Amino acid sequence: MQNFWEYLTKIPVGLATVFKTLFEKPVTIQYPEEKKPMSPRFRGRHQLKRYEDGLERCIGCALCAAACPADAIYVEAAENTNEERYSPGERYAKVYEINMLRCIFCGYCEDACPTNAIVLEPIEFPTGYTRESLIYTKSMLLEPPPPGVPGTPQQTPPGKYDRAILPFPPIDESV
Amino acid sequence: MLTQTPTPLNEDALKVRVEDVQLDITFEQLKRLVSPRALTGETMLMNMGPQHPSTHGVLRLLLELDGETIVNCIPDIGYLHTGIEKTAEGKTYLKAIPLTDRTDYLAPMSNNMAFCGAVEKLVGIEVPLRAQYLRVILLELTRMNSHLVWLGTHALDLGAMSVFLYCMREREMILDIYEAVSGARMMSSYIRPGGLWRDVPNVFFDLVQRVLDVFPKRLIEYEKLLTKNPMWKDRTVGIGKISAQDAIAWGMTGPCLRATGVKYDVRKAYPYSSYDHFDFDIPTGTNGDVFDRYKCRMEEFNQSLKIIRQALKRLPPGPVMTSDRKVAPPPKHEIAYSMESLIHHFKLWTEGFKAPEGEVYFAVESGKGEYGVLLSGDGTSKPRRVHFRAPSFHNLQPINEMARGQLLADLVAIIGSIDIVLGDVDR
Repeated sequence: MQNFWEYLTKIPVGLATVFKTLFEKPVTIQYPEEKKPMSPRFRGRHQLKRYEDGLERCIGCALCAAACPADAIYVEAAENTNEERYSPGERYAKVYEINMLRCIFCGYCEDACPTNAIVLEPIEFPTGYTRESLIYTKSMLLEPPPPGVPGTPQQTPPGKYDRAILPFPPIDESV
Repeated sequence: MLTQTPTPLNEDALKVRVEDVQLDITFEQLKRLVSPRALTGETMLMNMGPQHPSTHGVLRLLLELDGETIVNCIPDIGYLHTGIEKTAEGKTYLKAIPLTDRTDYLAPMSNNMAFCGAVEKLVGIEVPLRAQYLRVILLELTRMNSHLVWLGTHALDLGAMSVFLYCMREREMILDIYEAVSGARMMSSYIRPGGLWRDVPNVFFDLVQRVLDVFPKRLIEYEKLLTKNPMWKDRTVGIGKISAQDAIAWGMTGPCLRATGVKYDVRKAYPYSSYDHFDFDIPTGTNGDVFDRYKCRMEEFNQSLKIIRQALKRLPPGPVMTSDRKVAPPPKHEIAYSMESLIHHFKLWTEGFKAPEGEVYFAVESGKGEYGVLLSGDGTSKPRRVHFRAPSFHNLQPINEMARGQLLADLVAIIGSIDIVLGDVDR
């Protein structure tokens, strides 16, 4: 009988809690139509960045490939010339591939990159149906040049781009 | 009670039964695991898992049942073995951190902390105070994260679906914090040897404050739904008991051990990351049953909130990474003008730093218990041997002691209450 009274008095307390949530604002979102804003630090799909003059930031040093814990990155470098220049300095990445199936999105490549060329952007993770389609090549990773600026290769005056690593501001740790 | 036709006592008959349950063991091995009654066919051998939703992953249990009563419960693990310890031997100390995220994937920061703590102890790195305090805040949030998944799934196993949905709702707040600080919602890799990856963003404090404001109210809701609920009590009180002696003998740690009345917590016994600066209690139980484990963890939510409040209040300014350039990469903007920074940067990201020869053990109190890392350095930049003392593994071992004599339905409550993560058990 004791147990019966416990059931009779305590169960409605729990039910009331559940009933109360009927009048609360829903916390779920209608995902494909509605998307949650991502944090600026979100480590999503990679992007190869460019300078404002359209040159590629990547200098083909392959430090990202060395830093990758999953061995997902493959870089092959080639020589820049003033007639056909892709990036500042001597070399540029001729081949740049990321195997998105191996990638664990740890962000080590971004940390290792000395020119801030590869950045994990707050873009949703890539999906695909075949393994081949998930090996991202340079053309898929490279961001388009800024509007009104030619892409690469460019013809540049001699002596202007001797340095590979151009100064950049410190990382803003407040965002 | 189920009635079974007793099969005659011969090996052929049992071999058929061994094939029934598809074991990878021989008849001789099986004979040592089950009672003699199984050999006569008096009790029934049955599989639970590895695809059973109540085993919280890919745990497989071989059950010997007498009707509905459990005679023996033999865990069969290894279905999620990924060789993390061996893989870590081939990685530099920095590159092994993303691996540790993946052992106990519900408490990634605790694992990061255990590994980085071991590396810091081996190499002898001093961590700035701000980094230590931020680590404490994040570790306590991780504990809440781990406990929320435990509470949700444990309640779901016993039929309380609303609690599961509520827990996932609250966990979202903590995952948002993870995303804001590290950029990933689960595999954070935020704690690095020597400090933290970066300082926390400004939004971090608002997000933590939101947890501190909202969570106590939600905790009252859980208590209303479960603690006082007679149905919940019927399913948990007196179930899966284990004595303090047995729990210690089996190496249980964390809330499972504390529920038996043993006041052991790594945070108090061997303080790390300046846990000794904060005032908090260790909740203990008395009976060591499913209900006491539940009560211990529920009280730990309050203690975690208490620690976070103190740490936020006393959070000092300053750097979050050690200034030792032989261990921590220099600030990246320096490499454009400093040759020394450039060399350090390239050296650290290719070879990594070298650790001296020697062996260290460093343990943290993760949500599940004592998460220890045994690290053996050989003078190079890669460890000779890494071993993770996974709390889930040790807490799972006495399941036979806890389940023996209980009903089959209570086994679900017992598995839920010991809070295992199979990624942690198998590593």
